[in-house]
Amino acid sequence: MAPVLAIENLTTSFKTAEGWRAVIRDISLSVNAGETVAIVGESGSGKSVTALSALRLLPSGKARCEGRILLEGKDLLKASEAEMRSVRGGSIGMIFQEPMTSLNPVFTIGNQIAEALVIHQHLSWSAAEAEAVRLMERVRIPAAKARLNEYPHKFSGGMRQRVMIAMALACRPKLLIADEPTTALDVTIQAEILYLIRELQREENMGVLFITHDMGVVAEVADRTVVMFRGDMIESGPTGQIFAAPKEVYTKSLLASIPRLGTMGEAKAPRRFPEVDAKTGEAVDGREMEDVAQTSAPILKVANLAVRFDAPNGRVHAVEDVSFDLKPGETLSLVGESGCGKSTTGRAVLRLVNASAGSVVIDGQDVASAGTKELRAIRRHAQMIFQDPFASLNPRITIGSAIAEPMLSHGLAGKREARERVAALLEQVGLSGAVADRYPHEFSGGQRQRISIARALALEPKLIVADEAVSALDVSVKAQVSNLLLDLQEKHGLSYLFISHDMAVVERMSHRVAVMYLGEIVEIGPRAAIFDNPQHPYTRRLISAVPIPDPSRRAMARPLLSEEIKSPLRPFDYVPPKRTYQEVSPGHFVQDTASAWDERLTA
Amino acid sequence: MTKLALALLKRLGGMVVVLALVATVVFVIVRVTPGDPAAVMLGSDATPQDIAQLRTKMGLDAPLLVQYFQFLLGILKGDLGQSIFLGQSVTQALAARAEPTFFLTLFSILIAVTIALPVGIFSAVRRGTLFDQIVVTLTMVAASVPSFWLGLLLIQTLAVGQGWFPASGYGGPDTSFLERLHHLVLPAVALGVVNSALIIRFTRAAMLDVLGEDYVRTARAKGATERRVILKHALKNAMVPIITVIGLSIAMLIAGAVVTETVFGLPGIGNLVVSAVLRRDYPVIQGALLVVAAIYVLINFIVDILYMLADPRVRL
Repeated sequence: MAPVLAIENLTTSFKTAEGWRAVIRDISLSVNAGETVAIVGESGSGKSVTALSALRLLPSGKARCEGRILLEGKDLLKASEAEMRSVRGGSIGMIFQEPMTSLNPVFTIGNQIAEALVIHQHLSWSAAEAEAVRLMERVRIPAAKARLNEYPHKFSGGMRQRVMIAMALACRPKLLIADEPTTALDVTIQAEILYLIRELQREENMGVLFITHDMGVVAEVADRTVVMFRGDMIESGPTGQIFAAPKEVYTKSLLASIPRLGTMGEAKAPRRFPEVDAKTGEAVDGREMEDVAQTSAPILKVANLAVRFDAPNGRVHAVEDVSFDLKPGETLSLVGESGCGKSTTGRAVLRLVNASAGSVVIDGQDVASAGTKELRAIRRHAQMIFQDPFASLNPRITIGSAIAEPMLSHGLAGKREARERVAALLEQVGLSGAVADRYPHEFSGGQRQRISIARALALEPKLIVADEAVSALDVSVKAQVSNLLLDLQEKHGLSYLFISHDMAVVERMSHRVAVMYLGEIVEIGPRAAIFDNPQHPYTRRLISAVPIPDPSRRAMARPLLSEEIKSPLRPFDYVPPKRTYQEVSPGHFVQDTASAWDERLTA
Repeated sequence: MTKLALALLKRLGGMVVVLALVATVVFVIVRVTPGDPAAVMLGSDATPQDIAQLRTKMGLDAPLLVQYFQFLLGILKGDLGQSIFLGQSVTQALAARAEPTFFLTLFSILIAVTIALPVGIFSAVRRGTLFDQIVVTLTMVAASVPSFWLGLLLIQTLAVGQGWFPASGYGGPDTSFLERLHHLVLPAVALGVVNSALIIRFTRAAMLDVLGEDYVRTARAKGATERRVILKHALKNAMVPIITVIGLSIAMLIAGAVVTETVFGLPGIGNLVVSAVLRRDYPVIQGALLVVAAIYVLINFIVDILYMLADPRVRL
């Protein structure tokens, strides 16, 4: 039987000032009915361009496709625009990465799902909306009928992605193209969405072209895998084979750089990520760091911290009764899903948001009661690194000035001295001191994150709050930047409050881990205790939802919980219950809500 | 729906506060500007006694606070006082002059929007083409052309030259309604064209923003026609800034009436204000400012309601 989709020698070029420039070259792949083919690659590999080429969604006039794209034998590159319209949303459904922006904010959910049916099956609007309810039920949106007339902003990210899937599948397409459909979602929701796609695929016998950067997701879903690098198809084959015996160097190094859970061995302290030789693709596992954590007085002491915001219709308990301390040279990770309050906790520590209750003491100084001058002194010793390396550097200031600015504004160095320090700092983070005169746009994401780290180090801080500092980076770069943070800790005895949703990175980086849910810490303890002996049901759920980058260990059935992280929005008169913690082993505390969770999950 | 009603009530409450403030500011401005209306009224050969007498009669010698409360009380009763020169109440004077201003504003904005929306949308869709470049250039030119200059040009060619339209005025008291509207054509075209420039630029910019959004790509991936993508998915999202600039344009048209009505010899509110200022006819100035401010506030209120209709997120 002919494949549903066959891409043959596809080359797509974009028009630039210097003429046509090929962004993907000579791509060939095919997807059969009922089969899932993954295109995997890092940013800039051309995987999304391949998908958009297949639907001819690239701007005409600015992009050009050569080769053949056969949908059940019919060449889409030769099809008329009207024929393409019947393909889009008809024979091929597509879901995109950003569920938050992919739905039109000014039309109801029902209207947007029904539209596909009106366009392709010429149903009346009322018939189409009735069908939309059925589709919403199929993608397991609770109370579908009641939510039909709601607007997208009332839906969470996971629910919006379900709506996107309902929309893409409305006309029973033969092929579903999913472009990073779970990248913006939390792991537990990612697991549910992947499961849903697989189930629907089975029912409809659709082909799925799955685009992702996440090898764990590939291992989980793909029958066959195509690896792309800078516009070229590097390697393709059955997923098991790609993982077990990669032929190409790039594939080997890609596989070697994936952060994996459960690779700590006997290590007590954090452990460096494997170093991958880009020439051979061989990896040498990283060594365990020298444990610089001290047992002296903590550098950071957080007690009963609460951060609450008033919203028009209630109060958001973003952080509630959070207590922990952090020793010099130690890394404490805050993990949890979006909305769990981990970032707010980090910001409250540096008083970038004000605490509603509780205390934060950095190096013996109370942050809450500090005046402007004291706060400046505290911030000298406590710095922050943010997630987005693109947004956190001012595009109009050279990186040298950006790094020098904190030193100058704290009066720690004169101009000449600062210049020398900048060069030294750049070298410390693995860049050449000569790049100080360049602007941020001349650097890649990973380099910019190094620059952000250099800027944070400029004041020789004792504590660094790293808020998803490596989350936006490609896997190979992610490992390098994480290793840099580990090296700096070892050298300077830095303390990290490491905020992340990425369990595999957290496992390597941390001495201790705190798991947050709805603004509260549900479990906290030494890294090994949390990962090897998780006690709280939520911790277990979080760890089990992480995709395992090994196709032979594919979790066939997952507990499907159509329940997303609840909102920490409460009525104004809500009084948070007093929580107690049980110490299950030295330093390992579990919130007393565990039994209530167990009942709910088994109910 | 109750939330919507509550939001509307809140805004209505806000409107009352703004109007009270406006009334106060108008009152103060008129009092602090130099020149004594009684002296102006009686002319240069009046004796100080005459002036003092008239001041008493007009209530100008009462304490300011008393004058202020009488002024506010009058507003509540719909009484804006008596004109010093026109021999009629301010309310009557304004009502008599409202028609040309109203229709001129209405037609100007209709012409402006009719030109601006299609041109702005098309220009955004065909970004970078010759059409778009011409539009961008022309709107820049048009935005810097004073509307009275374009008006004079039109009068010169179409009225004086061709004789198709009256050159100025609004007809006598016994001219028919259609005949009066005929007088408005040239001024409305001049104002409409000039005002369309700004609306075109806003429409184009808003559409360009929206056309780059992910949900527009989603609509295309759904198989919607380009027409549907642009006019349904994109345009409704672009409406908020477009509504804003249309509201602003109406406000500017009313404010600009002072100039345009003078140039075209239209007996509207702008014209009334100009003559009142020249004659220091305080009650008329006060009344006209108040009415114009009230219209401003009303336009803003309508714009707010339109926001809510255009964007569900504004509805809370």
